[in-house]
Amino acid sequence: MSWRAATIAGVRPETPTARTVALQVPGWPGHEAGQHLDLRLTAEDGYTATRSYSIASVPDGEAVEVTVERLKDGEVSTYLTDGASAGDQVEVRGPVGGWFVWRPRQTEPVLLVGGGSGVVPLMSVVRRHRETGSQAPLRLLYSVRDPDAILYRDELAALDKDGVDIGYVFTRQAPEGWPRPPGRLDAPLLIATAFSPDLAPTSYACGPTRFVEDVADLLVIAGHDPRRLRTERFGPSGGNP
Amino acid sequence: MGFTRGFSGRPRRQAVDLPPGQYLTEDFPVLTAGPTQHVPTERWEFTVTTETGQVHRWDWPALMAIPAETPTVDLHCVTSWSKIATEWRGVSLDTLLADVETTAEYALISSYGGYTTNLPLEDLIDGKAWIAYQYDGEDLPAEHGGPARLLVPHLYFWKSAKWVRDITLSHSDEPGFWETAGYHNYGDPWREQRYWDT
Repeated sequence: MSWRAATIAGVRPETPTARTVALQVPGWPGHEAGQHLDLRLTAEDGYTATRSYSIASVPDGEAVEVTVERLKDGEVSTYLTDGASAGDQVEVRGPVGGWFVWRPRQTEPVLLVGGGSGVVPLMSVVRRHRETGSQAPLRLLYSVRDPDAILYRDELAALDKDGVDIGYVFTRQAPEGWPRPPGRLDAPLLIATAFSPDLAPTSYACGPTRFVEDVADLLVIAGHDPRRLRTERFGPSGGNP
Repeated sequence: MGFTRGFSGRPRRQAVDLPPGQYLTEDFPVLTAGPTQHVPTERWEFTVTTETGQVHRWDWPALMAIPAETPTVDLHCVTSWSKIATEWRGVSLDTLLADVETTAEYALISSYGGYTTNLPLEDLIDGKAWIAYQYDGEDLPAEHGGPARLLVPHLYFWKSAKWVRDITLSHSDEPGFWETAGYHNYGDPWREQRYWDT
């Protein structure tokens, strides 16, 4: 798998600390929902830095989008969230990862559980699911610090209005009138949201390590087949494997 | 490819020699395809299965009874982080394989939970691999593969299977979990063997 020259086609803010970066990648071979890519920056003196980012967009020719959350002291994320602008040159390698993916031929129920920026590859699944007119039941449970930190807020609100099953967990501050006080995703809420294990759903969890550990452990305890549970942990150095 | 406008990067660190495309991290990210396995040492066992079907078996007390080594090694993850001078305690595969009669060339590693990875047998011997059960002076946490994981640090870290359960020796090479999902069959970080060329 080789590096391809790519151009930043545009950037748009998602939250005060996150941006979606649209890339134009000539020769991009296409990808599956849930996959990620490696992105490489080169400084003037030849120094390079590479990081992995989940793909947020559905397959669309040479156009690929990633959504990046600014990390404290993040060498690459800071450039992408604060510096990058249309026309900048970067390099891209991918797509990467053949496990944390959802394919349109899957007909079983799909549970998506995202924590923070862990929602990014899940958004790719939501979009792909919709674009292909999939009849597979799908639920998204999105744990987020506060309403201002919601990625893809308007799009998710529109999808919600349109009948897509989307639930939120606010960990620090909930919107006014929200029925559940702020707090971490707990077992009762997760179990109430998850499909019954009898339906043999495939469940995807992506987010910070602790969050994913908790979600995965709870689902296994609730009787879900560990082999139908796909996880991706986002650390400062996240990605697969 | 020229350079990326507006990107200068961190101050250069020349002190450490890293494989191509890697950067240093101080933390220890957890990367697993599925749930963490929780295997109590009371029901833990580790086996080596030869190409003739002969099974060599160790339970936890048996593993603890074997003289341990304390390797200090660098870790290189295919997702580009490297962590240097990590301290482990475990049993050398040379010791575990000493009484195993085999002419096999390949090993398939299996873990509790179903994970697999493959490598040539020669990469498990001559002081290159351990069954490790302590990290940084503490029992290895489950999320990092405890109670015991394979440690084979000269290859990308996905080869160091967490929750290791069995090593099956064979004359044929059978690709494991990530190796069938687009990652390189061998995974030498110094040759940057991250992915299959597709």
